[in-house]
Amino acid sequence: MTQKTEGGDVRLAGISKTYGAFTAVHPLDLTVPQGSFFALLGASGCGKTTTLRMIAGLEDPSTGTVSLGSTDVTHLPPYKRPVNTVFQSYALFPHLDISENVAFGLRRRGIKSVQKQVDEMLELVQLGQFAHRKPHQLSGGQQQRVAVARALINHPQVLLLDEPLGALDLKLRRQMQLELKRIQTEVGITFVHVTHDQEEAMTMADQVAVMNGGRVEQLGAPADLYENPRTTFVANFLGTSNLIQAEIAATASDVTTVTCGDVKLKLPAGRCRAQTSPGDRILIGVRPEKVSIAHADDDATVPDSRNRLTGRIVASSFIGVSTQFIVDSPSCADFEVYVQNVERDARLTPGTEVVLHWNPEHTFGLDADQAIDAGVQSVEDAS
Amino acid sequence: MTQLSKRPVTWLRRNLVVIAGLLTLAYMILPNVVVMVFSFNKPNGRFNYAWQQFSLDAWKDPCGVADLCGSLALSLQLGFWAMLGATVLGTMVAFALVRYRFRARGAINSLIFLPMAMPEVVMAASLLTLFLNMGAPLGFWTVLIAHIMFCLSFVVTAVKARVMSMDPRLEEAARDLYAGPLQTFLRVTLPIAAPGIAAGALLAFSLSFDDFIITNFNAGSTVTFPMFVWGSAQRGTPVQINVIGTAMFVIAVLVVLGGQLLASRRKNSAAPE
Repeated sequence: MTQKTEGGDVRLAGISKTYGAFTAVHPLDLTVPQGSFFALLGASGCGKTTTLRMIAGLEDPSTGTVSLGSTDVTHLPPYKRPVNTVFQSYALFPHLDISENVAFGLRRRGIKSVQKQVDEMLELVQLGQFAHRKPHQLSGGQQQRVAVARALINHPQVLLLDEPLGALDLKLRRQMQLELKRIQTEVGITFVHVTHDQEEAMTMADQVAVMNGGRVEQLGAPADLYENPRTTFVANFLGTSNLIQAEIAATASDVTTVTCGDVKLKLPAGRCRAQTSPGDRILIGVRPEKVSIAHADDDATVPDSRNRLTGRIVASSFIGVSTQFIVDSPSCADFEVYVQNVERDARLTPGTEVVLHWNPEHTFGLDADQAIDAGVQSVEDAS
Repeated sequence: MTQLSKRPVTWLRRNLVVIAGLLTLAYMILPNVVVMVFSFNKPNGRFNYAWQQFSLDAWKDPCGVADLCGSLALSLQLGFWAMLGATVLGTMVAFALVRYRFRARGAINSLIFLPMAMPEVVMAASLLTLFLNMGAPLGFWTVLIAHIMFCLSFVVTAVKARVMSMDPRLEEAARDLYAGPLQTFLRVTLPIAAPGIAAGALLAFSLSFDDFIITNFNAGSTVTFPMFVWGSAQRGTPVQINVIGTAMFVIAVLVVLGGQLLASRRKNSAAPE
């Protein structure tokens, strides 16, 4: 723990965790590049916290190895790993004041003069004047910052964050997200962040691994995951997707044409994640904000190049910046459309017949052999 | 005047809780006050049951009665060792019961309550039978073994409640912050469990110091303070007994007040400047 190797990647090679007959984490390979902000995203019980605890050393992996840089730390106890954790409930020591909480790690490593470092660290998290209070005298957001300071003061190679913002209210959470991101950029330490909040993961992380049922479903940059989900779980768990069951009608080099009933839709051949021979079933998806909505009377104004569906508005909810419509279409029962409130069409009320249209470029295709509502259910389970 | 007489019912209703509280407090404190007052008595004859006149004689010479201070010293010793033994064992039992899952854990959890629930006289007699059958000479050691045994349940109960409310993540956090197993225990586990352990220890001391029935059965020729008081009550009660009782009471009150003062001072120093 005293060696000062400058970081290194976190490498998980084939690690898994089983409790009796229950497999919490299936064998998993994952590399977190040094200095990156990495998020493990998933619903509760997906194995993300277990994975984090195996990196911390609080859980022994059933198989596989954990390496930091070139060092295999699989069999090192937590107190010998250059890794620190910010716990979900903060786990601040109630019998010590803030200053001593932050100094704890330094003192255990036998460092005598800690005051200067502690003061600096408390300044970094803007809690200088609270040094001599007890944890219970601080608000949730302040406690959270103490927990971050207590971990960061040790200059770990990796900082692990286990749902650190879960206990905070929405506004404070947004504020702390930016704060954590700022600190990470400032100190340049690798952050591994566990969360069930997809928005949090996308806001903060450079790389997101979406986990489901003890496996990584997909790994990538937030925008890439959002635009090109590879499974229905990712499509539904990250934001909302409109998924339509269709059949492939024709394939060209760059455009695939599918039919859904008597509707013809196009999508880029490169965005098909499934086999593409005519006659095969496929799930095609489009994000709600990519779709435009027009009154049925304005049908003629929709350009022919766009994908189009017809339907009737079932519900609409006005939420300030946008209006969300739910449209019942013969191809898709609950088609969601988010429209920016730039020019509101007063005729778009529930019961109105409408035309939905979007650029074919924004359509993606998924393997039809999976549950169409995979991620949707998991979100409800978690709440 | 008319207003006051109009509203005695309202007044009573508003202050009923306070009145009930004061009466209960008086009920609890009155016996101690009697003991204190009579420690300054100068009785006519051997029995200190009727007030005669104020005197400091007994306070000036608390050991003036044969064997009194010897029995007191013995009781204090017994109390100390019983407290130590029961606290160490009981704390370990409490941690084991809360932290680990093992066979017969449920059964042990209930058995721990047995000494508390069993009539003391029954336990005293069975212990005597046990010691006699083992051929153990009755005296200090048999009494100490008996005291540790019945104090154990109380310590386990007190410490268990505290350990159960402890967040196991605090110890994980300590291990994560470079504290090895011993450091984690000394720096985090023990300080956080301390109030429970202290409560158990105080309880053990006072139970041991106070015990008469079990002690009387198993003490042989050894005489503890409660046994001395009981014995002398047959022949006459020296004022010194009240002196010792008052002193114990005052010390206990001072300890409690001191603890509260310390806690409030700690709170103040932690408060914002």
